[in-house]
Amino acid sequence: METHSTHDNTLFGFWVYLLTDVMLFASLFAAYLVLMNGTYGGPTSSDIGRPVYVLVETSLLLLSSFTAGCAGFFMSRGKKIATIALWIITFVLGSIFMLMEGSDLVRLYGLGWGWDKSAFLSALFTLIGTHGLHVAFGLMWIIVFLIPLIREGLTSTVTRRLACLQMFWHFVNIVWIFIFTVVYLI
Amino acid sequence: MKPSKISSLITGFLASLGLIILAYFTAKTGPSGTTMSFILMGLAALQAVVQLLFFFNLKTEKAPHWYWIMFLFTILIMVVVVGGSLWIMSNLNYNMMM
Repeated sequence: METHSTHDNTLFGFWVYLLTDVMLFASLFAAYLVLMNGTYGGPTSSDIGRPVYVLVETSLLLLSSFTAGCAGFFMSRGKKIATIALWIITFVLGSIFMLMEGSDLVRLYGLGWGWDKSAFLSALFTLIGTHGLHVAFGLMWIIVFLIPLIREGLTSTVTRRLACLQMFWHFVNIVWIFIFTVVYLI
Repeated sequence: MKPSKISSLITGFLASLGLIILAYFTAKTGPSGTTMSFILMGLAALQAVVQLLFFFNLKTEKAPHWYWIMFLFTILIMVVVVGGSLWIMSNLNYNMMM
């Protein structure tokens, strides 16, 4: 029998959790795809997007996923300062993304295109809102994990948790790729 | 999740960025309708794979094959749930003349 370390077991467990989160988003996507034509005389999916804006926020999130990966790389080499710096950069990029995503939703609501106006808009706000909630949690986690990282350095507990956070951040980026494609491009 | 190499991260980042830009321009200038949907979804799926390979490092190594098994199971459930929903709803649409 192979024995697995706490590190391996925790990471695998977190991976399984991420897969259940994928299923959550899959059902939200299914709802969106079914309801996207239910526009009730209001805006359609081609009315709500601003292509360059979405391209910028997508690139920012992708960049933050890259910096999170770099943070993991330096963490595995025991470089504490680089890890801290890269997670801070990831936090900044993720925050800008959240501000852009949030202000876009606020703009839609301000135009009178709230989530209560049509089935399409309900599904849209739910899908994008849930993704935004996930990003918000990720940002909160970065802050919370920075504290023991700065105070204790790269202990086994800290590295294990940062590895989970890194996986979470990549997951958030992958979900956004699909949102970007399905909502804004199709 | 084995730690990545910097080269793998950079490749993944550039490939993803390229796929995003490609998808964006395909949407602007390409064929419309169902063909377009398939192409765009294909690009999105490809980018997800690229990210999984390069950022997550989801490759076939000895212990982490469990990661693959769980991932494939999730894909199966998703195909059933999403595909089934779309099939049923389109069927209802047709049969109930909605």
